[in-house]
Amino acid sequence: MTALLSVRNLDVSFTTYGRRTQVLRDVSIDVPEGAQIALVGESGSGKTVLMKTVMGILPQPPAKVEGGAILFDDRDLLTMPERDRLRLRGTAMSMVFQDPMSSLNPVFTIYDQLGTILKHADRRLGRQRGRRERWARVLEVLEQVRMREPERVARSFPMQLSGGMRQRILIAMALLSEPRLLIADEPGTALDVTTQAQILNLLRDLVTRQNLALLMITHNLGVVRETSTYTYVMNQGRIVEQAPTAEIFAAPREAYTRELIAAVPRLTGRAT
Amino acid sequence: MEFLAFLLRRLGWSLLVLLGLSVVIFTIARVVPGDPARMALGPTASADQVASLQESLGLNDPMFQQYATFLHGLARGDLGRSLLTEQSVTADIAKTFPATLELVICTILLAFALGVPLGVAAARWKDRWPDNLVRALAIGSAVMPTFFLALLLQILAGYVLNVLPTTGRLPGGIDFDAGWTGLVLVDSLIAGRGDVFLEAVRHLFLPTIALAAATMGQIARITRASMIDVSRQDYIEAARAFGVPDRLRMFKYMLRPAFVPPLTITGLEFASLIGNAFVVELIFSWPGMASYGIRAIVQKDLNAIMGVVMVSGVFFVVVNLMIDLLVGVVDPRVRIRGSRA
Ligand SMILES: Nc1ncnc2c1ncn2[C@@H]1O[C@H](COP(=O)(O)OP(=O)(O)OP(=O)(O)O)[C@@H](O)[C@H]1O
Ligand SMILES: [Mg+2]
Repeated sequence: MTALLSVRNLDVSFTTYGRRTQVLRDVSIDVPEGAQIALVGESGSGKTVLMKTVMGILPQPPAKVEGGAILFDDRDLLTMPERDRLRLRGTAMSMVFQDPMSSLNPVFTIYDQLGTILKHADRRLGRQRGRRERWARVLEVLEQVRMREPERVARSFPMQLSGGMRQRILIAMALLSEPRLLIADEPGTALDVTTQAQILNLLRDLVTRQNLALLMITHNLGVVRETSTYTYVMNQGRIVEQAPTAEIFAAPREAYTRELIAAVPRLTGRAT
Repeated sequence: MEFLAFLLRRLGWSLLVLLGLSVVIFTIARVVPGDPARMALGPTASADQVASLQESLGLNDPMFQQYATFLHGLARGDLGRSLLTEQSVTADIAKTFPATLELVICTILLAFALGVPLGVAAARWKDRWPDNLVRALAIGSAVMPTFFLALLLQILAGYVLNVLPTTGRLPGGIDFDAGWTGLVLVDSLIAGRGDVFLEAVRHLFLPTIALAAATMGQIARITRASMIDVSRQDYIEAARAFGVPDRLRMFKYMLRPAFVPPLTITGLEFASLIGNAFVVELIFSWPGMASYGIRAIVQKDLNAIMGVVMVSGVFFVVVNLMIDLLVGVVDPRVRIRGSRA
């Protein structure tokens, strides 16, 4: 079976001040259509770098993709023309940003930001959508993320909304163009525990209802247990263990994984 | 609604600042050494004459009463009589201020029109040649004294190349009475005098460049820093991840939030801009407030000094008020919450 997203033997390095550091080593990950996959690892293990490489927003330089392939629908993102890649970005594959406080532009309204993204996604895909339909679609995704009073929210500036609301807007942003793959990089870690739990619930519901593939990136194994069926464990840029989530919890093979699991009670609180 | 509240708040502040300014001006004018009555009458006047002028100027009244009189006149736009010209100070200033206003407005517009794009270009091509060029320009214009640049331009463009006029607002041959606004550029357009307009532009050219250079350098520098700062924000990365095109990210998503620091710095720089305007006016024989103000200071013409400083102060406050409002338009955080934090 070929997966929707298949990362094969990916090597990524960073060069800063003439010193080269290997950040991802021989990383391989499969995300089948409609599956919920988790990627865990401690801080600095390379999770965000992996996600940015997949999304094509890695700053190059200093970063460099040294080798490997990233297949999406069996086409290699790394070798396809930039134009085709742009067509996928934010549409077929999109990501949920982590920090609700800093990921929305403070000087534009929610509708302005979501509408602009939608307009340009439509343009890349050669779709026609008028002003009124765009407004309707933005309200629709705001409702999907269970926003009350979506019209008022759409006309608000980010600072007029709570952290939880902003995080839901970041999810709505990712849903705008009906993606097939959603990559979520520690969504809600900046929020309090209750709100974070609500966000995770919402994500899980959305993913099952819309049959999206979800790659959940986190260093919190409590989150992993609730949101995934299969788990990859990453340490210092390598995948050190992979198994169905239940197995990982029942019988972790690596010492590193056992340590992560042991840390769960601490981590299910407000993560750092 | 919230904008109206914001506007009223700012207006209130401006009034307070002006009131404070009137106190400061009044005090300074009283404490500087030298007797205005004696200076007005000259060394040959008798002590009696000086005493009676002091009496009629109210210089013997209690300070508080003098201030009240000053404030009362101020509220009616009456700045008293100049001891030198023997005209009402308000009328004197009304004659010269429009020329200064025109010069300063053109300067700010030019500084912005050049400074912001330069800053954006420097940020866009950071550490490449456009950036280096802009940084060199910014530093150069900051360290070059305005009077020096003014003289340099005058010599180069005026005498060596002989392409632009180096003195005055209009050539001697043109008789144009700027009756409506006092701004020749505006009035000549209203009057449909294209020839006057062109001449006015030619005359404005050198003084405006000389005066604008330092401010433009500052604006370019601040815009660059601000753009680079904003470009590192998560929301810019997010816009990129969602496929918002480069140019739109640059000119909308980045420039708008990055626009506030250059605006603010312009407001702060405005004080030194007025000071430099006096220098530039002298060098280019620009018929603005400068020569009137300087003569007033040298001769200790109290009412004229207070008038010139007060008008400069009002100018400063009005410009900053407008900038505050612009900042409010650009950044909703300021408008709604009163700060950017
Ligand atoms: N812009 C960069 N320049 C140099 N090195 C970088 C850069 N970005 C990331 N790295 C390096 O890549 C490694 C992996 O970082 P990454 O952000 O992917 O970690 P992470 O697993 O997402 O951690 P966290 O859980 O804290 O978010 C780090 O060791 C870091 O030093
Ligand atoms: Mg990370």
